[in-house]
Amino acid sequence: MADAPLLELKGITKRFPGVVANDDVNFELAPGEVHALLGENGAGKSTLMNILYGLYHPDEGEIRLHGKPARISSPREAIDLGIGMVHQHFMLIPVMTVAENIVLASEPKRGPFLDLNDAEERVADISKRFGLTVSPGARVESISVGQQQRVEILKALYRGAEILILDEPTAVLTPQEASELFEVIGSLKEQGKSIIFITHKLNEVLEIADRITVLRRGKTIDTVPREGATEASLARLMVGREVLLRVDKPPASPGEVVLKVEDVHVVDERGLEAVRGVSLEVRAGEIVGIAGVDGNGQTELIDAITGLRKPTSGRVVVGDEDVTGDTCRECFEAGLGHIPEDRQVRGLILDFTLAENIVIHDFREEPTSSLGWLHPRFMLARAKEWLQTFDVRGGGPATLAAALSGGNQQKVVVAREIGREPRVLIAAQPTRGIDVGAIEFIHRRLVEERDEGKAILLVSFELDEVLSLSDRILVMFEGAIVGEYSSDVTPEELGIAMTGGGREKAA
Amino acid sequence: MSSSGPGAERPDPPEGGVPGGPGTDRTDAPTGGGDGDGGGGGERLARWFSGRIGGILVPAAAALLAFILGGIVVLATGHNPLGAYKAIFEGTGLNVTSYFSEDSRQSAWGDLQQTLIVFTPLVLSAIAVAFAFRCGMFNIGGQGQYLVGLFAALYVGVNFDSLPAALHILLAAGASVAAGFIWGGIAGILKGVVGAHEVITTIMLNWIAVFGGQYLFELGGPLQGPNPSVPRSESVVDSAQLPEFPGSTGLQPLHIGVLVAVSALAVYYVILNRTTLGYGVRAVGFNPEAARYGGIPVGRNYFLALAISGAFAGLGGAMDVLGWKFTVATNDIQISDVGFIGIAVALLGRNKAVGIFFAALLFAALRTGTSTRQLDAETFPPELAGNLSIMIQALIILFVGAELLIVYIWGARRRFRPAGPLRVQPGLKQ
Repeated sequence: MADAPLLELKGITKRFPGVVANDDVNFELAPGEVHALLGENGAGKSTLMNILYGLYHPDEGEIRLHGKPARISSPREAIDLGIGMVHQHFMLIPVMTVAENIVLASEPKRGPFLDLNDAEERVADISKRFGLTVSPGARVESISVGQQQRVEILKALYRGAEILILDEPTAVLTPQEASELFEVIGSLKEQGKSIIFITHKLNEVLEIADRITVLRRGKTIDTVPREGATEASLARLMVGREVLLRVDKPPASPGEVVLKVEDVHVVDERGLEAVRGVSLEVRAGEIVGIAGVDGNGQTELIDAITGLRKPTSGRVVVGDEDVTGDTCRECFEAGLGHIPEDRQVRGLILDFTLAENIVIHDFREEPTSSLGWLHPRFMLARAKEWLQTFDVRGGGPATLAAALSGGNQQKVVVAREIGREPRVLIAAQPTRGIDVGAIEFIHRRLVEERDEGKAILLVSFELDEVLSLSDRILVMFEGAIVGEYSSDVTPEELGIAMTGGGREKAA
Repeated sequence: MSSSGPGAERPDPPEGGVPGGPGTDRTDAPTGGGDGDGGGGGERLARWFSGRIGGILVPAAAALLAFILGGIVVLATGHNPLGAYKAIFEGTGLNVTSYFSEDSRQSAWGDLQQTLIVFTPLVLSAIAVAFAFRCGMFNIGGQGQYLVGLFAALYVGVNFDSLPAALHILLAAGASVAAGFIWGGIAGILKGVVGAHEVITTIMLNWIAVFGGQYLFELGGPLQGPNPSVPRSESVVDSAQLPEFPGSTGLQPLHIGVLVAVSALAVYYVILNRTTLGYGVRAVGFNPEAARYGGIPVGRNYFLALAISGAFAGLGGAMDVLGWKFTVATNDIQISDVGFIGIAVALLGRNKAVGIFFAALLFAALRTGTSTRQLDAETFPPELAGNLSIMIQALIILFVGAELLIVYIWGARRRFRPAGPLRVQPGLKQ
């Protein structure tokens, strides 16, 4: 970039009690550039951007805008300096219209009243100029998430943003919406806007960024141009070591059937049939993946297998034991392990320590307790051992689960479920929302468990995950298994089946 | 309320909420997922810090603020607030310096006995609130549970006069525990089986206890005492009366119930933190969905938590009736508010054993210090003081209740966190 930088962050240091969130971070943004800020969860990306947006004050360092030092002490000042931020969680008022939301806080007025016509005109005007189509009169609550994000972007543009910070913008979008967002980013760039794109997704960075700055543990690791960067090279910068993006695994050697699901029907909370006659078998030593778009009955199926929900008909058999309709505890005792879909809703009790969380399935049994008395020493010792084996960082046995990062929380859940040596492991979204390093670790552990003869049923909405881990793949659509594939199936084939396309063929 | 309890809100960590791993995008509603990923260590430490220090600071600040506002009201009535507070404090028997002088020692000890007599049932009814709260429930039924415990202990204490004293007391106390257990347990079963909200059912059970008591002891009631024109029970016989506390004096001497109350705090702590029962109760209280996933029967824990809560409150009733009341009249039942003050005590004590101890002492001292008997009308008229005491109690509850707001403002000022949206902790009750 030959141009003088539009924005420079120099030597930014931000300390929180006990930790340095940003340590001498440097970052610069050229006019008309899309600059990705890449890093694992907790690397300090958001802290840096919150400093730029005036939400935090740096302890050291300087912000220079157009070559001049700038002091930004509130979002208001950031907006006045032409810096706009689109947060992950939208800050829109659902009952107001698109136009009303956009002009909020700087409304066009006629006398003391809001001039709604003028507002809508202005909104239509900027939305045309930047190629961001929205309907100004629609209520925000009635439009899609992708549309709401556009409204947030328009809001920033309406306030005169020249620099746009997008904080993990694709986290809430469908793949289609994400590619539309990338087009929007392209057209903003053409119009001369500069964009800071915060993410931890490698493929996105390679798709749209001009330059990439990688943060790791609060430090700037490097700034590299997109040309020449690869997923592997970026992952290495991010994590600090080589990362296996593909799971390396020997072929499976399946044994006897240990999980048998026969014609299971399940009803969801609204009384609708969410699972319509699913039958499947998982053998010892294999990973069976269930692919499918979220909301096609996967959750209900898992609930029915693990005792969280009673199936209306059908049978679930673990080993030789019929566990249909049994409680969770009975299912666990029959040899089921369950990595639940959401670690914070089910997987962990956030206000419990890690040692307490780890004994949740067997706190009533020897040696965790005897005659109703807990044995804290045993709990701590076991936790210490497992946390070490599973490389959980950021806390010890006495740390509250809430204090860990998402990836480490997930490792605790995985440690607990695998550590109990179940015969059958149900892994629902085992790597949802965690960073590359933790994903790699969990994937490797799952394959190891398979090789030790465990039967693993994997449910994931991430096609890549299903494809790389599974030995057999089942596709679930509208509550039924609509196809079975071997692991060499192409993503396209699966994609078609997941949206109902392969139905006749499979049936 | 306790920042670790139900309903507590938890701000997103700075890098929070990132559904979808690298590689692929996911279709996910923005409100779904809810992974509090990452988070700078600073944020975590700050949260821990504000949790720990805030745990003492906030109730203390609430109490201080309440006393200051109360002082302003005293000033408005034309009295000296410092003088009034000093007089109230003198009346509680908690002024250590009084014990050094021969003249004041006797009366201070007498006052302290009164304070501790009030303290005893407050501690027990506060545990009743706190225990249920740790299971994620708001037990408003301490009053009813206290009353049925009192009735049960009274019944046993009035009859069975041939029993030896120790046995008689144990039997009476046991009856009160059982009665409280059942009274709380009814609400627990309703909650666990059909999901009836405990706030509603425990309030209803309070009234059943009140009117049940009215019926029992009113004129012509089945348990009315010997005087046919007075709606009052018979008196507890000697063998069921609690022994006096060593060294106690006066017409209404301190009984050993105060030791029972302090032991109950230890029992409360141990059950909660050292037993599998307490583990289950806390697991359900923090996150019923995770507890269910973990194989803990949620409904059964609701029942147990409320029943055990009731047992504590019921024991409080026994301590009162076996310790100093010895009899109960229908208007005693109407004006009794021990169970309700217990809610305030638990709130101020943040449901912790040590917190309850001090909060109960404060509320008991306020009550004793402002009673007509203790306060010199020259310094501050007792009838005003009684209202002052109620006002201060109410203000404390108000301020403790506003804790979230105070902590939030405090945190925002210190810029511990960006002004991101607050999120309700996932998986909490209804």
